[in-house]
Amino acid sequence: MKCDRCNRPAVVHQLVIKDGNKHEMHLCEAHAAEAGIPNPGKHPVNELMSSLTTQVKSAGMPTCKGCGCTLTDIRKSSRFGCPQCYDAFGQATEALVRSAQGGSSQHVGRAPLGQAPENQSQYESQRLVQELDRAVRAEQYERAAEIKSKLADLADQRPSKKEDTK
Amino acid sequence: MSHPKDHPSKDDADVVLTSRARLARNLSGMPFVHLASETQLHAIIDKAKQGLAAAEETEQTNWIDLEETDALHRRLLYERHLISRPHADANGPRGVAVAQDAMLSIMVNEEDHVRMHALGTGLTPRNCFDRIKKLDEAMQASAEWAFHPRWGFQSACPTNVGTAVRFSAMLHLPGLRLTGELDKVRQAAKDLHLAVRGYYGEGSESSGNFYQVSNQITLGCSEDELLDRFRETIVPGIIEYERAARRMLLKQSATQLEDRVHRDLAVLQSARRVKVDEAMRRLSMIRLGCCTGLLDGPPLDLVNGLFQQVQTGHLQQLTNRTLTPEEAQIARADLLRARLSNA
Ligand SMILES: [Zn+2]
Ligand SMILES: [Zn+2]
Repeated sequence: MKCDRCNRPAVVHQLVIKDGNKHEMHLCEAHAAEAGIPNPGKHPVNELMSSLTTQVKSAGMPTCKGCGCTLTDIRKSSRFGCPQCYDAFGQATEALVRSAQGGSSQHVGRAPLGQAPENQSQYESQRLVQELDRAVRAEQYERAAEIKSKLADLADQRPSKKEDTK
Repeated sequence: MSHPKDHPSKDDADVVLTSRARLARNLSGMPFVHLASETQLHAIIDKAKQGLAAAEETEQTNWIDLEETDALHRRLLYERHLISRPHADANGPRGVAVAQDAMLSIMVNEEDHVRMHALGTGLTPRNCFDRIKKLDEAMQASAEWAFHPRWGFQSACPTNVGTAVRFSAMLHLPGLRLTGELDKVRQAAKDLHLAVRGYYGEGSESSGNFYQVSNQITLGCSEDELLDRFRETIVPGIIEYERAARRMLLKQSATQLEDRVHRDLAVLQSARRVKVDEAMRRLSMIRLGCCTGLLDGPPLDLVNGLFQQVQTGHLQQLTNRTLTPEEAQIARADLLRARLSNA
């Protein structure tokens, strides 16, 4: 069962009576602590057991420093926990994004204001190289020529700061 | 590169009801919504509101705290396509900022920290995108978005990374439905990485033969490329296909079609109890009748508006109270008779 307030597993289950209505409350460890509810699972023995299993779990298990998600969490939910997860789980990120994005794995397009547009053209050329490779393998030579000329254009533009992301 | 504006023309009105553009954004240095604690969710709201305040010269919006809003009003916001169903039904700190013209909304703490939507009449995704693009830029005076040079704008769900932009058009496809060609369109859409949803988005049944078509891929293609393909190729392709289906119906079964649209109009002009599905179904045929010239009236704008006005939340607002299903059916029939009587 999931926590009422987030998607972590619920560890505290309580029956609450509010305004004469009964309703069940399920909270994860963090949210239970926030609500000031003691966690019944936090008996010394349980705590020891859970710390042992966490140790076993986290040995060799990549964990995101930003949000505490493990690789298993990410794989199970197919969702990232925080922006740092993207770098914390390199290969898994790649696999997850590619499968959701029809094989694409390089951003092209706008960036936040003030972020180096040179980077953008650099990535754009990376993407074009990938595309060129695909076109050649598929024997689409006209397409390949088109991409080559785009790459040449891009190389010409590089020194002069162009790129208006508008 | 020049960026022509959309020219909202009546030309597409026979098939296109509305267009939308959406941007998903998350604040850097914060967990995504599904992992955020209550305190963090409040902090996200504060930051989003600061961003909106910084953007005030670009867009004036009113903040609605959804935790403090009753179910009736949340439903109304959802029926007007200003918030999603999950956002209406969720618990916890969340809200929506709505522009005065109600054609722009910013959901906070839905699936992403911030989701901006702009809505337009007809085939106008470019105008919609311009609007949220400006808002996005203005908000950055205060808000710092999570961005990765390789993965683009970061999101909890890998389906929303990269540009994090989605263009959609609400299309009326009764011709394809009646000729049984809709599955072909669905298959073609799938091959083109397009999502096809119902009148109320994800998970909603198609109601009134409305289909919301949108791009599924958000990574590896710039906003302009996506927009061009959507605006100039994909949607026009579906429009032409629908028109061909309508022409075929008119050629092969004009009398049946004429009979049917007149019957549907007659029923809604005199019924005393109407369920929402029935209203949507018959209005859909009336709309087809208007666009094909089989019906002289009612005006298309009136019919377009009714698809929303017959929803229960709208009827509740009109009558100013919570309605039982039976009462809603009666209120719906009253509204339809009044609106369609002298059509
Ligand atoms: Zn929780
Ligand atoms: Zn993380």
